[in-house]
Amino acid sequence: MEQIKFDYPAAKRHILKKAHVGVVGSGDMEVLLEPSPAEGAHVFITTSVDGFRDTWKAVFDRFFSKFDGSVRIDINDAGATPGSVLLRLEQAVEVIEQ
Amino acid sequence: MSQTSIIQDFINRKSFIELDGRARAQSLFDEGTWKELTGPFDRIESPWLPMQGITPQSDDGCIVIKGKIGGSPAVAIAFEGAFQGGSVGEVSGAKMTAALDLATKDSEAGKPTAAILLLETGGVRLQEANLGLAAVAEVISSILALRQHAPVITIVAGTVGCFGGMSLAAGVSSYTIMTREARLGLNGPEVIEQESGIDEFDASDRALIWAIHGGAQRVGMGLADALVEDDANKIAAAVRGYVLAGLPAMHRSQQVDLYRDRIAALDTSKQIDPATLRQQWGTGGGR
Repeated sequence: MEQIKFDYPAAKRHILKKAHVGVVGSGDMEVLLEPSPAEGAHVFITTSVDGFRDTWKAVFDRFFSKFDGSVRIDINDAGATPGSVLLRLEQAVEVIEQ
Repeated sequence: MSQTSIIQDFINRKSFIELDGRARAQSLFDEGTWKELTGPFDRIESPWLPMQGITPQSDDGCIVIKGKIGGSPAVAIAFEGAFQGGSVGEVSGAKMTAALDLATKDSEAGKPTAAILLLETGGVRLQEANLGLAAVAEVISSILALRQHAPVITIVAGTVGCFGGMSLAAGVSSYTIMTREARLGLNGPEVIEQESGIDEFDASDRALIWAIHGGAQRVGMGLADALVEDDANKIAAAVRGYVLAGLPAMHRSQQVDLYRDRIAALDTSKQIDPATLRQQWGTGGGR
């Protein structure tokens, strides 16, 4: 198990809603997305698979190249692939921007 | 019913099994009446899993939703089968017990509150061994307290099934609803095979397992009450029916003599097969 943290200070758009999607089942993960208590966006990942920090970084760099919300994101991951991670993030965004 | 209409029904049906634990629980309530208690953002996670290098889940795989079913107060407690096999740990067990006890408290105060247990679980979470076992004992004593006032309705929809300590919770429920895909049993097939050998029970023989643990057999033997199709609307309707029916005349688990006599009457000199058992026990359904 590994814990990873990223900060995206440029994401400043004010967010009001919360979203929870996904399940910590094999090959899947859960995302908790809510307004950030601090400036910018902050990501906290707990993953069952060690040694993929760079891959997580690439996924979130891409996610925050399009999304600019000031959010706190918590992820509990049970081995989701980068594609599944992006889909779960987009699903969470869909919920808060409905 | 014509073949085309069967196919149309199948295509239009909203599968219950394909929903996750949270969506299953939500689908049972009258629209707009429910809210989730101690949800994911309360972050009441298992403290024991990370110590063992296992990712926890923000609701510990136990979803508690309070609302109204057919206009009556009810609480649904669902285990998420995809997270750690729906296992019962310290936190998920405590959430379940607390929800049942609050329903009892409301019922005693003159507001009968039914409980619906959605059990997709292999039983106690091995990583939290003794705490999980203690939780099962508490859950059962809480069910016994609540079922004096309001019905406790168990749904085993599949595909995980309901085994181990939580199968006892199903056993003391007022009503049990199953689908054809679901399984219910004290020991799971793999446990039996591991303990007693492949001659005793072949865990890879799906036809054998469903003939013994499957929903059709359990309802056929009178150990569960309703066999419902994998359809969210039909399952919600079955739950509504039992909530409105209130308590059964007698709970299945109170009929100790009936089941002792039935077991005593079995001819164990030859192998008992599922069809025979269904024939002998099925009529009367244990009620």
